[in-house]
Amino acid sequence: MFDFGSITTWFDNLLESVMPAWAATVIECVIIGVVLLLVYALLAIFYIFYERKLCAWFQCRLGPMRVGPWGILQVFADMFKILIKELIRLENIDRFLFALAPYLVIIASVVSFAVLPWGNGLQVIDFNIGVFFMIAASSLGVLGILLAGWSSNNKYTLIGAMRSGAQMISYELSVGLSIMTIVVLAGTMSVTELVAAQADGWFLFKGHISAVIAFIIYLIAATGETNRGPFDLPEAEHELTAGYHTEYSGIHFGFFYLAEYLNLFIVSGIASLMFLGGWMPLHIPGWDGFNMIMDYIPSVVWFLGKAFFISFIIIWFKWSFPRVRIDQLLALEWKYLMPIGLFNLILMTLLVVYGLHF
Amino acid sequence: MEVKIKGMKREDFKDNEYIDKLVEELNASGANVVVGQFDKLINWGRANSLWPLCFGTSCCAIEFMHLGAARHDMARFGFEVARNSARQADYIMVQGTIVHRMAPALVRLWEQLAEPKYAIACGGCAVSGGPFKGSYCVVDGVDQIIPIDVYIPGCPPRPEAMFYGLMQLQRKIKVERFFGGVNRQEKLADFLAAHPEKNEAMK
Amino acid sequence: MANIQETISKLCPTATFEQGEELRVTVDAKQWRALAEQLKSNADLGFDYLVGICGCDWKESMGCVYYFTNTSTQNHLMVKVTTADREHPMLHSVSDLWKVALIQEREVFDFYGIIFIGHPDMRRLFLRTDWVGYPLRKDYDANPEINPIRLTQEPNEDATAEYVEEADGSVKKIDKKVFEDEEYVVNFGPQHPSTHGVMRLRASIDGETLLKIDPMCGYIHRGIEKLCESKTYPQTLMFPDRMDYMSAHQNRHCLCMCIEKALGIEVPRRAQIIRVMMDELMRLSSHLLSYGCMTMDMGATTAFFYGFREREEILDIFEKTCGARMSLHYNVIGGVVADVHPDFIKDVRALCSIMPERMKEYHKLISGNVIFLNRSKGVGVLSKEDAISYSVTGPSGRATGWHCDVRKTAPYSIYNELDFEEITETAGDSYARYMVRMREIEQCVKLLEQLCDLLEKEPGNEYIAPKVPKIIKLPAGSWFQQVEASRGAFGVYIESTGDKTPYRMHFNSPCLNIVGSVDKACKGYKIADLITITASLDYVIPDIDR
Repeated sequence: MFDFGSITTWFDNLLESVMPAWAATVIECVIIGVVLLLVYALLAIFYIFYERKLCAWFQCRLGPMRVGPWGILQVFADMFKILIKELIRLENIDRFLFALAPYLVIIASVVSFAVLPWGNGLQVIDFNIGVFFMIAASSLGVLGILLAGWSSNNKYTLIGAMRSGAQMISYELSVGLSIMTIVVLAGTMSVTELVAAQADGWFLFKGHISAVIAFIIYLIAATGETNRGPFDLPEAEHELTAGYHTEYSGIHFGFFYLAEYLNLFIVSGIASLMFLGGWMPLHIPGWDGFNMIMDYIPSVVWFLGKAFFISFIIIWFKWSFPRVRIDQLLALEWKYLMPIGLFNLILMTLLVVYGLHF
Repeated sequence: MEVKIKGMKREDFKDNEYIDKLVEELNASGANVVVGQFDKLINWGRANSLWPLCFGTSCCAIEFMHLGAARHDMARFGFEVARNSARQADYIMVQGTIVHRMAPALVRLWEQLAEPKYAIACGGCAVSGGPFKGSYCVVDGVDQIIPIDVYIPGCPPRPEAMFYGLMQLQRKIKVERFFGGVNRQEKLADFLAAHPEKNEAMK
Repeated sequence: MANIQETISKLCPTATFEQGEELRVTVDAKQWRALAEQLKSNADLGFDYLVGICGCDWKESMGCVYYFTNTSTQNHLMVKVTTADREHPMLHSVSDLWKVALIQEREVFDFYGIIFIGHPDMRRLFLRTDWVGYPLRKDYDANPEINPIRLTQEPNEDATAEYVEEADGSVKKIDKKVFEDEEYVVNFGPQHPSTHGVMRLRASIDGETLLKIDPMCGYIHRGIEKLCESKTYPQTLMFPDRMDYMSAHQNRHCLCMCIEKALGIEVPRRAQIIRVMMDELMRLSSHLLSYGCMTMDMGATTAFFYGFREREEILDIFEKTCGARMSLHYNVIGGVVADVHPDFIKDVRALCSIMPERMKEYHKLISGNVIFLNRSKGVGVLSKEDAISYSVTGPSGRATGWHCDVRKTAPYSIYNELDFEEITETAGDSYARYMVRMREIEQCVKLLEQLCDLLEKEPGNEYIAPKVPKIIKLPAGSWFQQVEASRGAFGVYIESTGDKTPYRMHFNSPCLNIVGSVDKACKGYKIADLITITASLDYVIPDIDR
């Protein structure tokens, strides 16, 4: 399988041969930053288009068609417009926090975006608590949402923010527990090692019962954590007009909009890393010919393909299910998902201790 | 540089005199090449990304729902991102009668829209009061209280008519000028001078 | 009937009687309260269902016309209460006996300035709080300078009043507030995605729990009843189409029937069949819309598109025959405006054949969904007594177990020849209301199939009565007619002095009563339930406001 590490090492050596190490590092950091932001923006645009087309498909419609071939330029048009839309100055708000909130949300999502394993050797940073870092960074977003709701001085945004605070913090628990279950199976928190450990089979298959339970819990909890339907209460359109971002206009609203889609990608990416082998192709022990063919598909394609597939499932939820109510939402988490998750963690530990996994 | 209108066939539209006039005016005053190109790009973005504010008061709103539903599917044009918060929408389509009690709410919504913003009067009632003209509490045409860009007659207009109206709005946007033009004209200082009571709050 | 008259004349010796289609009693304002109490509680009378209150200005006197029904015997009674005082007209409120009067009396107050003594919340319903005058009085000054378009916020939104009768007979005004200052009030509307139009609900909440809901109407009040008084009868026909646009045919059918009754016109059978077919198609399309809107309000957007897909088919049928998709203007006095399109029966049959399949899809998508069940079962419960007291008719009323389908209780047109079932549920919650609608769709299909056979067998093509006068003048008198519209019993009350234009035309809309019950249905549930309950009650705003 092609290792992108060879390119980056070659580039690093090239830079260090003409300049001191610190300068090379600075240049590399800048390049990585620019590339990340670019990929971030492009993926967000792709995701918006992806969701629009998918939901049109569920709803017997066509979706964007007229702007560019098959409507692919639609989202670009939206972006141009939203960039130059007026930012409304509001009276009687906490102006500093109001302006800060969208940036917090977008920073949280960019940071956790950065740690995803894009492909063989394509990773910004690899350290031994990569997964932990990812969860920590992604949970920063709730702060932005709370601030947005609080600082807008509006009852809808306040109710939306309170809901999202209760919801995101609760569902973080289940996300954490189901990831812990896999960490127990893998015995590591490093992203590279997690992927490498799945070379002979994805964790979803290796951990059988326990991993499948963890996967289902993760999907539900991740949907809850990203505020997507059926858990989209913080911005429940039919109750709270637009929830916590009711008062935001122009690019500030655009940030929330982008972050919402990118968070969808991030949770899908984490799911594919933890359960479906990250960029690792589908390998079935013993079928060497099959494994060889699978290896010919580039690792980036594997990773994105898995992430898109999981996003597809989450989008499918969103457009089919009615929205739950806040008390039902919390009951689901605290009465069902978390106890099951805890039990599942013990089950996985037993499986690992007695070597009952593949 | 010459301003051209792209996107739709000219012969499909019969009532373009006023847009032609606008184009002529723009061409007469001359446009900078670079700025003109930027204008084109921005107008392209704006015209193709018109997010409506959900604002239906009566029958026309049901036809607007049909516009969004599967057969007519306004998503094809990118109109489907209907925003419920006025701050994020681009145009307000007044679907139905506006009565005295509703008028202040409509004006308020209009003021809440972020620039650039457009208004469409959809249906007989919004255009002129329609069948309820002369009633004691009906506003005879919303243009009495907010500026209207496009009028769509009908009671209620068919979804196809609404498309035509929306496409007319797109054409209108495509000949606007971003640089030196259509954004909020009133500067904050002027606003504060006119409303001294707001001085404290805006600091 | 004679029995009722005897009982009432014993209770109220000064009352005068008149025998129309139903018994009509005229009493003076002073005896009204005592009579009202007896009407409700006396076992011989037992009028537990107040269909409607229509305020009226008879120039030398003012007052109200109350229309009652006894739900067990289906006896009807019309009571006319008059007061000669034009300066400060006052009547006793009956809002403690029939809860529907809570909102209907406010309407009368708004239109005529008649004060109801003992009504707990006497304020305007449709017009701005700073409105000058009472528009439906015959001496109302319509000069636009008195009431210009005001672009300011309404003053004293929270102010209300109660009028209490003292022991010495004088009436004292007590100022009250709708919401106290310390209550946390959330405002929904008038522009809000889930109020289905321009309704405004103010809810006092504690955390996420609703304590009190105050519906504010009038954001689409177009003064139809006043406009009708200046239009000729054929001209008034355009208004019912625009009130509840989801029951355009039924409403117009009702008005036509009322005028035909007054003129004594016999509608040809073919026209009757066509009218009933159109009514049922309209009901079908309306229930599809409410399916879509209810599910969309719950957040399941896809179901909305499914409902609208079939609605398009129905609108195609309408378009072929009537020439329009909405605001159809098909019924006219004496029949229908033109014969049906040659493809009509074929199209309706095609629709009937696809519906069972599509119904399965709807149920598969939503009805069994666990989130949907949790959101709707046991939520927004109205008991049968509540439904009768608040006069909540239609699918919402039948969901409580109340048999209130006008097609069965007082069959009109050709409904008594048709075989269909009156759908009722007993739970009275959002789910029951939803299921009643879904099952009524099946009944509509069943009816349409029968009607197709009838229409095919019907010889001739007489779609309008041959002897409709060119200039329509109703004889002096008053008429009341009810039909079952998509959302409940829709009534038209016409009072004529023998002119080309009606002296008073009142539309008794089902949705106004439903709105009156919102506070009762929602109290104690969560904010999110407010949306689902109002969606399941399924009101149409222009029908409330008229």
